[in-house]
This record gives sequence, structure tokens and C-alpha cells, in this order.
Amino acid sequence: MPSALAISGLEKTYKGGFHALKGIELNVEQGDFFALLGPNGAGKSTTIGIITSLVNKTAGKVSVFGHDIDLELEQAKSFIGLVPQEFNFNQFEPIMKILLNQAGYYGVERSIALGRAEKYLKQLDLWDKRNEPARQLSGGMKRRLMIARALMHEPKILILDEPTAGVDIELRRSMWNFLRELNQQGITIILTTHYLEEAEMLCRNIAIIDSGIIVENTDMKSLLAKLDIETFVFDLKPSTALQSFKQFNARAVDDHTLEVDVKKSQTINRVFDELNKHGLDVLSMRNKSNRLEELFVNLVGRGQLADENVVKEK
Amino acid sequence: MASSKNIIALKSILHKEIHRFMRIWVQTLVPPAITISLYFVIFGSLIGARIGEMAGFDYMSFIVPGLIMMSVITNSYSNVASSFFSAKWQRNVEEMLVAPVPNWVIVAGYVGGGMARGILVGGIVTLVAMFFVDIQIHSFAIIIITVALTSATFALGGLINAIFAGSFDDISIIPTFILTPLTYLGGVFYSISLLPEFWQGVSQINPIVYMVNAFRYGFLGISDVSLIHSFAVLGIFIVSLYTIAMVLISKGIGLRS
Ligand SMILES: Nc1ncnc2c1ncn2[C@@H]1O[C@H](COP(=O)(O)OP(=O)(O)OP(=O)(O)O)[C@@H](O)[C@H]1O
Ligand SMILES: [Mg+2]
Repeated sequence: MPSALAISGLEKTYKGGFHALKGIELNVEQGDFFALLGPNGAGKSTTIGIITSLVNKTAGKVSVFGHDIDLELEQAKSFIGLVPQEFNFNQFEPIMKILLNQAGYYGVERSIALGRAEKYLKQLDLWDKRNEPARQLSGGMKRRLMIARALMHEPKILILDEPTAGVDIELRRSMWNFLRELNQQGITIILTTHYLEEAEMLCRNIAIIDSGIIVENTDMKSLLAKLDIETFVFDLKPSTALQSFKQFNARAVDDHTLEVDVKKSQTINRVFDELNKHGLDVLSMRNKSNRLEELFVNLVGRGQLADENVVKEK
Repeated sequence: MASSKNIIALKSILHKEIHRFMRIWVQTLVPPAITISLYFVIFGSLIGARIGEMAGFDYMSFIVPGLIMMSVITNSYSNVASSFFSAKWQRNVEEMLVAPVPNWVIVAGYVGGGMARGILVGGIVTLVAMFFVDIQIHSFAIIIITVALTSATFALGGLINAIFAGSFDDISIIPTFILTPLTYLGGVFYSISLLPEFWQGVSQINPIVYMVNAFRYGFLGISDVSLIHSFAVLGIFIVSLYTIAMVLISKGIGLRS
């Protein structure tokens, strides 16, 4: 069974000489829900642009369900549905027309396209707007329009470039559910995001890209397990002793809140012992849910290091 | 090659293109009708009467084919130039680029849209002309073939213009500085046999002379140039412009970074 997406040695140097991708290796299995994470300018959209033939690659290989984009571009294209980062529909065209045109470009018969358009517009809550020109939609509606458009030819792999950017929490959750359902129906999904929570909630596998290099590529569980430090937040009885508590990299947030870092090898009992010694009374505690964020900052730091090495080698 | 999927894709592009200029008919279909009426009033009735005959026909009858041709040229060119450029500008051209649409289908779809507008406007202008002059037809086949080939030529030109264009200004430069002068000097208003020999020679390198004369032959049965030359010129232009357009699109010039 070929991978849904296989990328090797992918390089991109833009006109003007900017080296945006420096040898990307990526493999996404069929049926996966895959996150591509990275800071602004890391090269996520460039990578997606090359997969979807909107950007010319400088070097490397890309194949989609076993079809090399250099040799069998049209087959490769027919498997992919793309939800781009920026709105790219004709603002003056009515929603229904946009969907039917897109289906037409993929060779879908009009009668079939009409049925699909109705199905997806209803599922994505845009049916009432079907005859309105796209410019009259709100930002969140425009994102959903692009999702509906990407599904018109029933792709086997759906690639979403920051689908929930600028989307409110409630809508984001309903989009997540929609994407989960698609994935359960067997569609491979790749999404890029800046919301770590999103990747953690949805995705089974993850790659982190920074400065055009993949700095991590693993499954979500082992990634989270790699993080051996957890941060706890203690709510204490107000005390001046709080300021002098320095163990466990402690940080006093105010006169009754303390944050401490605990390694996996240490036990929380020891934290309590130390707090007792200082006469600090614990009212409540919780763990700070920033695990992925920390990890992210760690890994991205590493990426920058790698980058500097590349520069030095020249 | 022309699988059923490609036919569906081609129909979609054509449908979209025709729908576009029909939706904005006030900008696309009405102005040529007004322009042509003005030409008739001024050159036909007011000045034409003083000019007398041209190549054996009264002046109005002589200029009608050229005026129709002029509107076919401008409309097929500007339809593709503005539609394709606006698709680049709004980035909805990406809808086609990500889909498995072969490049020839994209070219054929846009060119077909430009031809549709050129021919429709040509028809409208012909109808308007019938109010001013008795239209006679020498060879209907020549009229149809010439108008189809001419509109295809200029639709291809408009497409190439839009591929290179980086701003809306860039799609008005060629029409203003090249197309309009060539059309006015292309024998629409006069028979080039009236020109001094030197300028007759210069006119021979103006492709529009060949198109206008072939078209006029279809109506009046007279031409300043041989029909064989006219169709040869049209054929050469279509083949070369099509080749250029295909190369540009497959290289992704102006479309892919
Ligand atoms: N057309 C272009 N010409 C030159 N440089 C470009 C072009 N497009 C992108 N870049 C550069 O390539 C790098 C990667 O851009 P890309 O859009 O892939 O980042 P990204 O990971 O998608 O970022 P974001 O999260 O902000 O969307 C950036 O430094 C960007 O400035
Ligand atoms: Mg991006």
C-alpha cells in the first residue's frame, strides 16, 4: 500500500535566492490524521504549495498515493483536496457556482456535483447562503466554503493550511468534529496549524518544521512522552515564605501562587515535603497545560541551531 | 486526450467565462453598440456623404465590415485579458491549477470565452448596423471563418497579455499602444490602395489589414489583399500564439512561484 504522501529531499529556493525548504523528508500513511506544525515562515505553505503544484520545487521528490508529481501529475492532483491558507475564490461569484465550477475542473458530472454541493453546504451550515456572492460571507464562512470546495471531487487526501485561523472557539470545535468524521470515513488529513491544542486534539502523527527543516516527526503520544518536565501551579495560603522557595525552579507568580517544574524522575511527594519545610500550606494544585508549547519552543530552538550550522558550512 | 473529464472541465471554464461577461453586460455588450452607432452617425451620415464612394461602394457600406471587425478584435482581446488577469489577481486561477485540468483545456476554455464575446458583440454590432445600411453578403462562409479565426487570434493575445501582466494597467497598455493604432491603420476606414506606395508596403506588415480585408470580402466581395494571404496570416498567428501560451502556462510564468 503506497503512502498517502511521500516527500523526500524536497528543496525550494525562491526567485531572489531565499532558501525556504532545505531537504524536507515526510511520510504520511493512508488514513492518517497528520499535523504539520511550525512557526510563521517555517515553510509549511511552501511545502503544501509544492504538493499541490502551485509552487515549483527546486529539487526532491513528491508522490501522492504512489503517483510521482513529476511523472503522473494529473493522477496525483485528482487525489488531493486543498484548503489553502488564503482565500482564493472569485469574490463576485455565488457560492454554489464556485463549488460547481470546482467540481467541473475535476471532471465531476454536473448532476453529481449538485448533490455533493447540497450535502456539504448543509453540513457546513452554508446552505442558506448558496446564492450569495462569496464576498458577502464572514471570514469563518469563507473558510468553510473552501472546505466544501476541496471536497467536491471526493479527494482521498485533504490538505488544510491553517483551516481554523481566525475562527471562533465554537466554530473551531464544530470544524474539528467535521474533520474527525471525514477522517473516520477514510480520508487522510494533513493540517497545518499554530494552535498546538488543535494538533493534540486531532492528530495521530505530527511533524514539526522550522526554517525549512523537519526537526521532529513522530506520533503524538511519543512526542508528549518525550517531554519529561511538567509544570505544576500551586495555590497557597498567602505567605512571605513563598518568595524564598527556590527548589524545583520555582517561580512566585504572586503572594499565593507558585509554579514549579517537576521532572518525570522526581516525585510530587518531594515537592510537598519541601513546601511543608517552608511552612507553606497548599490549598489546591493543577498542572499547567503548556506541555506541547514547551516542547515546541525546545524543538524550534534546535531547528535554529541546525540552521546556523548550515550557514557556517557554506 | 480529450477524455470525458477534460470535456467536463472545458465546459465548466467556458460556462464560467460566458456567464462572466453576460453578468456584466452593461460593461461588455452595450458599449460596442453605442460606439458603432456613433461611428455610423459621424462617418456614415455626416462625413460619409461628402467622401462619396470607396472602392465602388458607398462609404457606409465600405466601413461596416471593418467596424464589426474592430469590435470583435477589442472584445475578444479584452475579455480574456481582464478575466484571466482578474483570476490571477483574486487567485481563483489556483482552483484550476490544483485540479487535473490539462493546460490545453485552460487555454481552450479562456480562448473560447473570448471568442464567444467577440462573436456575440460582432453580432450585436451587425444588428445595429442594419439600422443604418443595407447589409449585403457575398460569402457567409468567409464571414464566419474570418470572424472565428480573428477572435481566436486576439483571445490568445489577451491571454498572453494577462499571463505577463502584474497589474491592471498592464492589460490596457497593449490595447492602447498597439491594438488601437494597428486597427485604425488596418484599412477599416479606407482602402489601402488609396495610400502612397510606401505606405501600402508598410500596411502589408499590419496583420489587421489581412483580417479586415478578408472579412470585407465576405460582405462585399472585394479585398485589397489576396484571401490566401489573409488566411495564411491568421493561421500563422494562431499557431504561434497558441504555442507561446502553452509554453508560458506549463512553465507557470506569472502563475507559480
Ligand atoms: N513567493 C515567495 N517569494 C519569496 N519568498 C517567499 C515566497 N513565499 C514564501 N516565501 C518565504 O518562504 C518562507 C516560508 O514561507 P511559508 O509561507 O511557506 O511559511 P509558513 O510556514 O506557511 O508560515 P505561516 O505560518 O506564516 O503561514 C518565508 O520566509 C517566506 O517569506
Ligand atoms: Mg503558511
